[in-house]
Amino acid sequence: MLDFAPMHSAPTEVPVEHHSHGGWDPYVDNGGTSLAIAGKDFVIVASDARQSDGYSINSRYDPKAFTLSNQTVLATTGYAADAKRLVEVLEQNAQMYFHKHEKQMSAPAMAQMLSNTLYYKRFFPYYVFPILAGLDAEGKGAVFAYDPVGNMERVVYQAYGSASALVQPFLDNQVAGANQRGHEGGLLDREMARRIAIDAFTSATERDIYTGDWLDIFVIDQTGIHREKRELKHD
Amino acid sequence: LLGDKGYKLPTATKTGTTIVGLIFKDGLVLGADTRATAGPIVADKNCEKIHYLAPNMYCCGAGTAADTEFTTNMISSQLALHSLNTGREPRVVAAMTMLKQHLFKYHGHIGAALVLGGYDSTGPHLFTVYPHGSTDKLPYVTMGSGSLAAMSVFESRWQPGLSRDEGVAMVKDAIEAGIFNDLGSGSNVDVCVITKGNVEYLRNYARPNERVQKEQSYRFRQGVTEFYAPQAARRGQDSAEMDTSA
Repeated sequence: MLDFAPMHSAPTEVPVEHHSHGGWDPYVDNGGTSLAIAGKDFVIVASDARQSDGYSINSRYDPKAFTLSNQTVLATTGYAADAKRLVEVLEQNAQMYFHKHEKQMSAPAMAQMLSNTLYYKRFFPYYVFPILAGLDAEGKGAVFAYDPVGNMERVVYQAYGSASALVQPFLDNQVAGANQRGHEGGLLDREMARRIAIDAFTSATERDIYTGDWLDIFVIDQTGIHREKRELKHD
Repeated sequence: LLGDKGYKLPTATKTGTTIVGLIFKDGLVLGADTRATAGPIVADKNCEKIHYLAPNMYCCGAGTAADTEFTTNMISSQLALHSLNTGREPRVVAAMTMLKQHLFKYHGHIGAALVLGGYDSTGPHLFTVYPHGSTDKLPYVTMGSGSLAAMSVFESRWQPGLSRDEGVAMVKDAIEAGIFNDLGSGSNVDVCVITKGNVEYLRNYARPNERVQKEQSYRFRQGVTEFYAPQAARRGQDSAEMDTSA
């Protein structure tokens, strides 16, 4: 049957230049894993600190999670150089907001700004998978997860990075009670969330070659940010 | 073939790997790490990369795990028959020749990179065998993705006439260099010391990467697993207990 008015022909192409740079790639995957878990009045962020390139280790301690204010933390994975630049841009914009509005940026405001900042580079993205963690307007734990171009989703918990496929299902089971009959549901307390985060990382370290060396843990609550550093396997 | 059709081929389990061998005063020492990878995932945390070839000969294998396993098994078999045929203890050069002729025949498609060592009637011998079939005869060798890290140890410290303990310590340090500095290698150190008429296979000679105790137990209580049963069986309670009476 001939179709005189086809609805769908070739998929539309965005008018971007396509030329090879002699095989050179502007992006590098520096590996590593990050996670965040929200509680009733706190949020926990955990990131490993190994930076790698292929089979080599660039650094055993290059932190991937950054404090953007005294109540928000940004956890990153992907390309370390882009992550560092992204943090720099956010910090500068947060400072300008402070001078304009005479108050610190709240976590929800920071969340929207991050989405806009990422989409701004829609056609040459930051190769970063960010997780923003803080407290919302009601003081409850808030976790925002993004893709590299700014799609934003508020969630209770999220894992990104080289071991995300190992960690996310573990969190689905232990935080949300997935596949467990008779699980009450509800949010975790600080101690449970911390234990799960630590065990997620020791387990990820066992099976993912890119995760290991050191673990940074941040606990954010009304009193501020409490940091902890733990050793992971170095192999 | 399937790859041409657009299917993503499964990543063969490779050994990533650091393997080494060195000659010392009375014989030779072989060493290997114990990590097997499938891409970025650790498939086996404690695999055995030092393969038996003959009572006086062992072979470390790097590259595609199946290829090293099957190739060394096959040559081990051939050596046993050869030994019976000749009425003599097999020579390392015999294993080397069988390995290289097999690998060359397959033009590099069999991804086996080997460190072959043994002590026969002509003395101790150490060889490397590459996937395409070339060989080198050397006093100290390293292979695998961690070979550069391991060789940096040998190049700093190797000299002729080492004692057994010096040789074993150097091999342990070379493998550990690979374990900690190469992401394709990890876990434990296996060592094999071969001298005239004697072999010491030291499985897990060093275990520098034991897992720390977990923060908590994840044992599930009974009744947690969902199950489905016909309505007749479910009548009454929503219980996990089956009626197993006849």
